[in-house]
Amino acid sequence: MSSIPVRSPETLAQLRRRIAALEAPEGQENHAVLPFGVAEIDGVLPWGGLPLGALHEIAATGGLDDGAALGFTALLLGRLACRQDKPVLWVGDRDDLYAPGLASLGLPSSRLLMARPGRGLHPHWAMEEGARCRALAGVVGEVWDLDGTAARRLQIAARASGVPVLALNRGAGNAVALTRWRIAGAPSAFPDDEGGGCRWSVTLSYCRGRGVTDDGIVSSWLVEWSDETHRLRLAAVPGDRTAPPKGRRAAG
Amino acid sequence: MPLVTAADGPVRRLTAVDPAAHALGLRPGCLVADARAMVPALRVAPDDPGAERALLDHLADWCRCYTPRSAVDGWKGGAGGEGGGLWLDISGCAHLRGGEAALLADLRVRLRRHGFDNRAGIADTAGAAWAWARFGEPGDPCLPSGGHRQILAGLPVAALRLPPVVVTGLARLGLKTVRALDAVPRAGMMARFGPCVGQRLDQAWGVEDELIDPRLPGAAHCIHRAFAEPIGRPADVAAGLLQMLDRLCADLEQARLGLRRLEVTAFRLDASRQCLAVGTSRPSREPRHLFRLLEEPLAGLDAGFGIEMLRLAAPVVEALDIRQSSMAAVSAPADGESLEHLLDRLGNRLGFDRLYGFAARQSHWPERAVRRVPAASPASADARWPAAPRPLRLLAPPETVDVVAPLPDAPPVLFRWRREIHRIASAEGPERLSGEWWRTSRPDRDYYRVEDEAGRRFWLYRDGSYRADGPAPRWYLHGIFP
Repeated sequence: MSSIPVRSPETLAQLRRRIAALEAPEGQENHAVLPFGVAEIDGVLPWGGLPLGALHEIAATGGLDDGAALGFTALLLGRLACRQDKPVLWVGDRDDLYAPGLASLGLPSSRLLMARPGRGLHPHWAMEEGARCRALAGVVGEVWDLDGTAARRLQIAARASGVPVLALNRGAGNAVALTRWRIAGAPSAFPDDEGGGCRWSVTLSYCRGRGVTDDGIVSSWLVEWSDETHRLRLAAVPGDRTAPPKGRRAAG
Repeated sequence: MPLVTAADGPVRRLTAVDPAAHALGLRPGCLVADARAMVPALRVAPDDPGAERALLDHLADWCRCYTPRSAVDGWKGGAGGEGGGLWLDISGCAHLRGGEAALLADLRVRLRRHGFDNRAGIADTAGAAWAWARFGEPGDPCLPSGGHRQILAGLPVAALRLPPVVVTGLARLGLKTVRALDAVPRAGMMARFGPCVGQRLDQAWGVEDELIDPRLPGAAHCIHRAFAEPIGRPADVAAGLLQMLDRLCADLEQARLGLRRLEVTAFRLDASRQCLAVGTSRPSREPRHLFRLLEEPLAGLDAGFGIEMLRLAAPVVEALDIRQSSMAAVSAPADGESLEHLLDRLGNRLGFDRLYGFAARQSHWPERAVRRVPAASPASADARWPAAPRPLRLLAPPETVDVVAPLPDAPPVLFRWRREIHRIASAEGPERLSGEWWRTSRPDRDYYRVEDEAGRRFWLYRDGSYRADGPAPRWYLHGIFP
């Protein structure tokens, strides 16, 4: 090993590329990615989008009824299913997913396969079976905890088959997944804005190959889903929305 | 100590006696009180016909390692206490065990080893075999083919499976042997005892056909394999099954069929058996795929002292046309590439009812607008959903919420759901939905899409509308929006 001048920016960039190449889903010829279609988000991800053939975690901090995390997951799944024209497998925890709502986020019911393990059966097994099956465009599992072993198995299965696995995780995360997202609902602009798209605050809390900022996250955006164009876009900066409700409440 | 069993009832009579009690002169049918008087040290156990029957069923199943057609003979009420027995139709099976005599000797030895004292007979007809097993010479259980008529003629009439009343009636007439009975004109017998006498005679002679109903219906596509040495190692069982699957699938291919259900029965040395079954979502005849489905239930197979025979049956089959297998399919890895294989694996582990898709139904009522369809059904065209926004989760049933609304017909300004207060920043609505009048008499619902200050979006509805004279309508939370 030759000694490396640490301060040189080219060397640093070179090293980053080498590390990214090492940490990327190796053993794959096609480094397929799913771009978000939002330049700001895709620019932060080292792969230029969400890499397929990997495990991604979406933290559902609001428990079962976290609509924002669920919506973000459905949106990603819908894009995966429509791009590849293959079905997706949803390993659910309850029976109350509502197909019309999923369809409005771009996940058509004809592409959706539901599997609901009964009591005492772990969803990991079904997720892993799905991750091995190349006839699927993606797998999502609602899990209560994702321990390191299960996550590693899912990651290996996804890497071998190229089928992305999304874990809608209600428990603590771990560093096996390539990315971890935290989605929260954000006050939308629908009373005065036509269209009525929903807004989310999307936080990329971990991304392999990217350092975290002082807040402990990689980056955060406020995005808006448009029902008309079926696309994500960055929302306008909020700030003018915090005052009016308070005023209204005082009046009511 | 002699042991007898007695049925419960107002008059307790013996139903079965053991050899010790038999030697003391006790017979089935005598009163328990009399028996106790004769043998004070008698042990009387309660009669349990259910357990007896279950034991016979179990034995009949075990006998399937001699013939696929075994049944329980539920005959009751011999004067001498002859209860039921087992029928074994060994037509075409005897040569596998070295002939009828060898088969019977093997069966009897093994039954005795399991603790069952037994009598047996082999004859051309079921009636003759029954008679010979009970009234013949124990040393020579096999009646020569074609010779049963002469030999049977010397047996008592009870050998004809006649009810005790008929037997005593015949004895009163002086008809004690089958020969004597056979010589009497049938018409008189018919008038006096009904059709049973003639029928039993015909059945014994083979004039009238008698079918025994096998306990397990034989599947049309079924493979047996008996092992020279009992096997127990999982690898051996797997290897044996794989070979049998190859043969079964080849049979199915010839018949252009695919199986929907596969049953594996393992017959163990200790006369017990274990059955495993898997299902497929679509007809299949791929040995490797079927074997993968079996892998998991096989882990729960208990070989016990060893498995002496395996049986593979396809009780449910469906038409499946021959497809030309491509070279690519042969070279592709066996690791599930196709969606059907995945569905089969998931379905067998989770249950096929836990694997589903969604389809639309014509209804305005949100909970009725979606129906579940089996996941294996061919992908339908995209369902048409209402244009109005719909939630991602639809709570079933809707959960009641406490609301504060400034005006009766206005959307609420705050609501409490699961002990948490949500202040509503904005609301959209109402969307009035009516149930089908022929199905429900529920009032219309006014749906509001509301957003709280934290940015969470919900679907609330008011059940009915305000009336001056009635109670205030309740509010429910029905769904979660993204």
